[in-house]
Amino acid sequence: MQTTPPSAADSPPLAVAVAGLSKTFGTTRALVDVDLSVAWGETLAVLGHNGAGKSTLLRVIASLVRPDAGTIAVGGFERAKDAAAARSIVGYVAHQPLLYDDLTAAENLAFFARLYGVRDAPARIAEVLDDLGASAWADRRVRGLSNGMQKRVAIARALLHRPSVLLLDEPETGLDVDGLAMLDRLVRTVTDGGAAVVMTTHGMERGLSLADGVAVLAEGRVALSGRTAEVTPADVRAMLTRQYQVAP
Amino acid sequence: MSTYLRAALTIYWKDVTVEARTKETVLGVLVFALVVTFIFKFTFDPAPQVVALIGPGIAWVAYVFAGIVGMGRTFVLERERGTLEALLLAPVPREAIYLGKLAGAFTLMIVVETAMLPVFVVLHDLSFLSLPFAATAVLATLGLAAVGTLFSAIAVHTRARELLLPLLFLPVTLPIIIAAVSSTSLLLDGGGWRDVGEWLRLMLAFDIAFLVLSSWAFEFVLEE
Amino acid sequence: MATVETTRAPTKMGLVQPVLLLAAAAFLLADLYLIFQYAPTERVMGIVQRLFYFHVPTVWVGFLAFFIVFVSSIAYLVKRTDVWDRRAYVAGEVGMLFLTVAMVTGAIWAKPVWGTWWVWDAKLTTTFVLWLIYIGYLMVRAYAPDRQRGARWAAIVGIVGFVDVPIVYYAAELWRSLHPELVTGPFAESGGLESAMRTTLYFSALTFTLLFVYLFRERTAQRANEQALDELRARLA
Repeated sequence: MQTTPPSAADSPPLAVAVAGLSKTFGTTRALVDVDLSVAWGETLAVLGHNGAGKSTLLRVIASLVRPDAGTIAVGGFERAKDAAAARSIVGYVAHQPLLYDDLTAAENLAFFARLYGVRDAPARIAEVLDDLGASAWADRRVRGLSNGMQKRVAIARALLHRPSVLLLDEPETGLDVDGLAMLDRLVRTVTDGGAAVVMTTHGMERGLSLADGVAVLAEGRVALSGRTAEVTPADVRAMLTRQYQVAP
Repeated sequence: MSTYLRAALTIYWKDVTVEARTKETVLGVLVFALVVTFIFKFTFDPAPQVVALIGPGIAWVAYVFAGIVGMGRTFVLERERGTLEALLLAPVPREAIYLGKLAGAFTLMIVVETAMLPVFVVLHDLSFLSLPFAATAVLATLGLAAVGTLFSAIAVHTRARELLLPLLFLPVTLPIIIAAVSSTSLLLDGGGWRDVGEWLRLMLAFDIAFLVLSSWAFEFVLEE
Repeated sequence: MATVETTRAPTKMGLVQPVLLLAAAAFLLADLYLIFQYAPTERVMGIVQRLFYFHVPTVWVGFLAFFIVFVSSIAYLVKRTDVWDRRAYVAGEVGMLFLTVAMVTGAIWAKPVWGTWWVWDAKLTTTFVLWLIYIGYLMVRAYAPDRQRGARWAAIVGIVGFVDVPIVYYAAELWRSLHPELVTGPFAESGGLESAMRTTLYFSALTFTLLFVYLFRERTAQRANEQALDELRARLA
């Protein structure tokens, strides 16, 4: 799988650069002064409890949510100035599959390929479906697919336009053991191609083994961040149990 | 401009494909319009000479109510499975999303309006068929769809969305409703292009004003 | 931004509000004197015509408030500062109040004079539609999942509604030409106003505008404090 950062010559130093990010919903402070960065070819695992702000963080980076304060640059494109350019290099896998139930898997991908202006769409669609092991159901309507199958098609949708920044929001949900192995392989292929991955996950051990960097969110703040080489599962667990009970 | 139109057309075509496949919304809305018309028959039991007077009102009340139901539905479908977010993730102008959804709503309503024409003939002995009526219906439907698409996008994210949409939609589209009924009445009385010219112009002005305004405002609706 | 404001001390009104309140009260007393003592009783309509001095000014304020909603809504969408949202919201709230008074006084006046509580002429239709748009404007906020989205959607309703009002007026006027309605009361046409009446009307309009300015400022400050309090409470929770 090839993924190419915007331009090699003057490629910006960071794939994702987030500074001073805050977002309030009503009176709920979802994110408070968050600073994060991800380099090209690296994976950042975002850990934290439900409601810690993980999803909101990804949604802000994906420019689905407008922050109250702070700056976000994706591949050097600032969200405030150049939202369309930023969107065109981001791939996003959400909790929901974001697919149309009454279109087939291939039709869904063809639709999004047109919106993203993907060149040589039929070949590319066949390629991503194959990468995800989903070719067999290409012509089945999404409604008839199991959750795991839908998840694979959803990941295919996110990879369709060869994003340089891939955002995965708890991608393991709905995947079986094969699916998980495939997901891990995929994350490695994507980062080997030079792209960056930001993933939220409940599977701390998996996250730590897969990622280069880790950030733990608690109540919208970055409680802990560092390189996975320097952070042990015990550190993370300690951070998480400080305020909550953590599942092993 | 070309990416803009291409995106709008892509979204429109997707809506048409889904609808052609399931026929859920169009059939539901059509039956709804039918029921409204049928209820009118029994609440007023209009004599033939009265039908000519209140017929246009019956028709447009049925059309407008059906429009509310149909337009509300297209966004509910996008939201239920999160696909509205998939549209927002794409690097397409927000106006293009608005335009695509608007075109879908417009098509849906025109199909229902056309299908209802023979029903009016059978149930109320009313025939609207004429070129000026077609112009009236197109201009009115465009205005209704322009406002309806904007407000549906708001209502779909609220509690009590079924309540909020008509509450916002009906007062604002009053000029269109007045114009459509008046124009249809004049035509039924044997009037022609010249008699309804002013109403058509009014609707055209409304359509342009709200198309421009709504496509600008749409971005603010969707952002979180 | 919201977070900055919570650190600010409660909005203080200074001297302006008490002075405004005193002025509004004094003007109101003077206005009552003008309305019931100074202005002559209208020959044909009689005492009920004096309602006019309440009706016309409240209509004026109702429409003025909606203009403020419109301008503040645009400013809010462009600048995204809470202060513009508050101005828009408060203008909507207070405008709704004035417009309701206007419609009630108008109906009470119309019954003896026109022989009916209500007619669907262009002015009344437009006023009624504006009143409905005010309701929608306030309800969108109530039904929104969070305050920020409510503010944004309300701004859109405020802008769309404002653009709509003149079109409604034009459509209603055209419609009337098709449906001539007989005004059955003795005085369908109101003639010109005598100068003492005109003076009273203008003074009354000024008084109600002053009252509006006072209420607007009071309520905006109150709402700022409300929001600051909400956020403090959320932070403590």
